[in-house]
Amino acid sequence: MSRNSKAYIAGVYEHPTRHAADKSIAQLHAEVAKGALADAGLTKDDVDGYFCAGDAPGLGGLTMAEYMGLDVKHIDTTETGGSSYVVHVGHAVEAIAAGQCSVALITLAGRPKAEGMATGTKPRNYGDTSPDVGFELVYGPTVVNMYAMAAMRHMHEYGTTSEQLAWIKVAASHHAQHNEHAVLRDVVTVEDVVNSPMISDPLHRLDCCVISDGGGALVVVSPEIAAGLGDRSVKVLGHGEAIKHLQGGQVDLTYTGARWSGPRAFERAKLTPADMDYVSIYDSFTITVLETLEDLGFCEKGAGGAFVADGNLISGVGKLPFNTDGGGLCNNHPNNRGGMTKVIEAVRQLRHEAHPKVQVPDCTLALAHGTGGSIGTRMGSATVILGGNDA
Amino acid sequence: MSAQQKTYVDPPATVEAERFWAATANGQLLIGHCNTCNAVHYYPRSLCPGCFSEDVDWVPSSGKGTIYSYSVMRRAPVPYAIAYVTLDEGVTVLTNLVDCDFDALAIGQKVTLTFGDTEGGKALPLFKPSDG
Repeated sequence: MSRNSKAYIAGVYEHPTRHAADKSIAQLHAEVAKGALADAGLTKDDVDGYFCAGDAPGLGGLTMAEYMGLDVKHIDTTETGGSSYVVHVGHAVEAIAAGQCSVALITLAGRPKAEGMATGTKPRNYGDTSPDVGFELVYGPTVVNMYAMAAMRHMHEYGTTSEQLAWIKVAASHHAQHNEHAVLRDVVTVEDVVNSPMISDPLHRLDCCVISDGGGALVVVSPEIAAGLGDRSVKVLGHGEAIKHLQGGQVDLTYTGARWSGPRAFERAKLTPADMDYVSIYDSFTITVLETLEDLGFCEKGAGGAFVADGNLISGVGKLPFNTDGGGLCNNHPNNRGGMTKVIEAVRQLRHEAHPKVQVPDCTLALAHGTGGSIGTRMGSATVILGGNDA
Repeated sequence: MSAQQKTYVDPPATVEAERFWAATANGQLLIGHCNTCNAVHYYPRSLCPGCFSEDVDWVPSSGKGTIYSYSVMRRAPVPYAIAYVTLDEGVTVLTNLVDCDFDALAIGQKVTLTFGDTEGGKALPLFKPSDG
């Protein structure tokens, strides 16, 4: 089968570092850019579109274009937290289709570990002028306890258990053991997860992702450029984005923006969840994966607990292999923004370049999903459907 | 584990939100009410996020509600219970639960408005389990 694609992902690169004490943020952006361009077989002089988000230093895209000496005719600095880079893939496809550019570079980098950031356990202030901040910050909303409230409500409405959530970490750990760069390489059990220290009820330490420095980059190109780059390019078959917020106080924490971004992406690709051979699902916490899988339609709303249990997400064991690099839960969550690495591992799977122990046989169609902001307040969701060159 | 008394940091207040904090000093929690579409919203703001009307009043809540969800932040110097409470008026607000046994909290539990002190002397809306 040969599906049409408006653009291709020709290059990907995940920085091998997880602790970048001796590198600047700009330097990390440049290193991942260089890596992804080399992977694509292109040079920085081929780049005519640049995409980055809130992690880029200074004036963002302007500052980084100057640092790297880019001469671009299209720039996009859409900021939706950790989902930004998945949004950028969709925007790059549209920009290429509209003739705005033909080689789009997307970068992410940061060093929260080197900077000693209390990522999950201290409230994060996005600025005193933000209209919500006076009504929220004083109550101590952290990344962990806001996601914990989503988990608590999901358990209340659907009977989801801590043991079911733990299976998500277990699956990630089975994959991470084969990744030499992963922060956590030990295989863990359900008991290990539920017996790890409680951070904020009902989320335990092992329900949380790792904190890591580093970054990643993607190169999205036109079909004409892809035709001259060999057979490793991956098709972007569909993309969808959505936002979800508190809607003036009509709060529902049991679903995410994936409820809308997923169908938009599947509709564009003319595919369904059942067609996917592999999925990369944003995994800031175990509950993030569970709600997202339901929202994307891999199971009914509320049935996520049963769906993820008993190894169903483990490559070679279950029906839906996910995050075969170990994901954010075990491998890498650069700058607290996991959308980038979700796309990268999906591309590895479609190129059949994942670790042999986790490679999905005949992997042809894959999904990558990003979540940004907070599931407990306001969030950006983005989904891309990707296909191998034989898709 | 029981909630400990604590003094809260000061909430940053925009010019727009000043009257919210003036009202808390008088024991009131204000929510937004739209005179055009009759819907309520939280946090209160200059226009209705439902219909975009600027004919909005900031009105006192009854102070009664139920716990929509909560989580006890165990890994904090002083553990605390963050919560979303759905007010009887129909909006859900972010808050802390105080004067309670953390281990006896439950979704659906009835709660009542109370107030805590901030470092700068503001009255901060909080909720505690209702008696009976």
